[in-house]
Amino acid sequence: MLIRLPTDIAPSEITPPEIYRDRRRFMQGMGALAAGAAFGIGPDARAAGAKLAGVRDSAYRLTEASTPYKDVTTYNNFYEFGTGKSDPARQAGSLKTRPWTVAVEGEVRRPQAWDIDALLKLAPLEERVYRMRCVEGWSMVIPWVGYPLNELIRRAEPTGNAKYVEFVTLNDPRQMPGLRSRVLDWPYTEGLRLDEAMHPLTLLAVGLYGEVLPNQNGAPIRLVVPWKYGFKSAKSIVKIRFVEKQPVSSWTAAAPAEYGFYSNVNPQVDHPRWSQAKERRIGEFRKRDTLMFNGYGDQVASLYRGMDLKKLF
Amino acid sequence: MSAVLRNPKLWIALLCLLPLGRLIALGLGGGLGANPIEFITRSTGTWTLVGLLVTLSVTPLRRLTGRADLIRYRRMLGLFTFFYASLHFVTYIWLDQFFDPAAIARDIVKRPFITVGFSAFVLLIPLAVTSTHAMMRRLGRRWQHLHRLVYAIALLGVIHYLWLVKKDLTEPLLYGGALALLLVLRLPWGVAALNAASTRWGRQAAGRKPDGVKPAG
Repeated sequence: MLIRLPTDIAPSEITPPEIYRDRRRFMQGMGALAAGAAFGIGPDARAAGAKLAGVRDSAYRLTEASTPYKDVTTYNNFYEFGTGKSDPARQAGSLKTRPWTVAVEGEVRRPQAWDIDALLKLAPLEERVYRMRCVEGWSMVIPWVGYPLNELIRRAEPTGNAKYVEFVTLNDPRQMPGLRSRVLDWPYTEGLRLDEAMHPLTLLAVGLYGEVLPNQNGAPIRLVVPWKYGFKSAKSIVKIRFVEKQPVSSWTAAAPAEYGFYSNVNPQVDHPRWSQAKERRIGEFRKRDTLMFNGYGDQVASLYRGMDLKKLF
Repeated sequence: MSAVLRNPKLWIALLCLLPLGRLIALGLGGGLGANPIEFITRSTGTWTLVGLLVTLSVTPLRRLTGRADLIRYRRMLGLFTFFYASLHFVTYIWLDQFFDPAAIARDIVKRPFITVGFSAFVLLIPLAVTSTHAMMRRLGRRWQHLHRLVYAIALLGVIHYLWLVKKDLTEPLLYGGALALLLVLRLPWGVAALNAASTRWGRQAAGRKPDGVKPAG
């Protein structure tokens, strides 16, 4: 069995991300040149893999190593492009991220249909390295680029009736072949309580590894809620709705006993069919202990004070 | 040498080793993807299920083709199935649980899909142990009774798969459908249908009479 332990890899064998990205950019540059020559167009700065300009550092970093770009972009759950882990990377090329509009509506004083390019300039972009824990028992460390969702929420001015925020993913079978199979009730819908949505950790991400978000990772804009299981972080968002009643998310509708509204990472509350006590970090051999709130307890535990997290899983 | 090469058992054995060879080749080439352990677990589990279904198709195929000699290859197919089941099991206790007896015990008791899969594996052991000619002779009629366990094992295998997938049931249901067909073909009605098809087939292939269509298994 040839599974390499992390210690087997000599430091010299690891390609630093900058060089890796440079190589990728070089190859893409060549590809773009070829395409440009063929169709008379220049390289597209908004395409996946293009460098995002003006990204600031942030205090949100981890001492844990980031998961390699290749794994982050080839091992995905994005059922709109198929239920296999490698399906999204293979099939998401059909997603068109321009033009793209995100409707902000519901219980707000300033509803607005945001053009994606305006949305990208709404607040300064920053890099945040977050843990990502999938409900299936694996995890990654991903350097996202984006800004806190609360920047958008504040501009929308929620009314007193806004208690929850609902996120809706694009529902276009021509662009998303996975929608033809009815594994979930489309469109993919997720929700957060308003205070969760306002939390400074909650990110609207538009990139990863300093580059425009690849389609399979939820381009052009997605949610990242690092203390919840990955499926709570809706991808390719077209609608953000402020509502009074708790929204029913797609996974809860599919299996209410297995996926609750909160779905906070919690090693003490098992999924009915598998344990959540440990996780396999992609790239590592041995499993790690899963941390309460995915290690973000200091920042978010107060949101759930007094709640029975075994019942409200 | 040429006699060895002409023996279908050699070719069947090589065919049965292909999935393992593929895993090794992918492992050496770094082609097992971002989550190699999941890949290995999935692959060995899949080939166990395929092995069970292939083993269970020997008897219906004999009835359909009238070729009684197919029975000679059933033992080997069954043992290769056990081989992949063992790889699957070892992957689980080693690469998934790291030989932690407490964690394994908890998993077997608490998680229905593990319970079912583990039971299926345990039930396979006596079948593998009693697969020799000596054991067949020693057990006599009881051998056949014992080996009917394979129907339950295949059913448990499909349930194991059905209960572990998160949402998309397509694949487990395909295996379930194939198993259902193979089981129905063992009912009196199914046997009659196979024999009728075999007779018709035999008549068309002029001169090749179906030999030995006596029910077995």
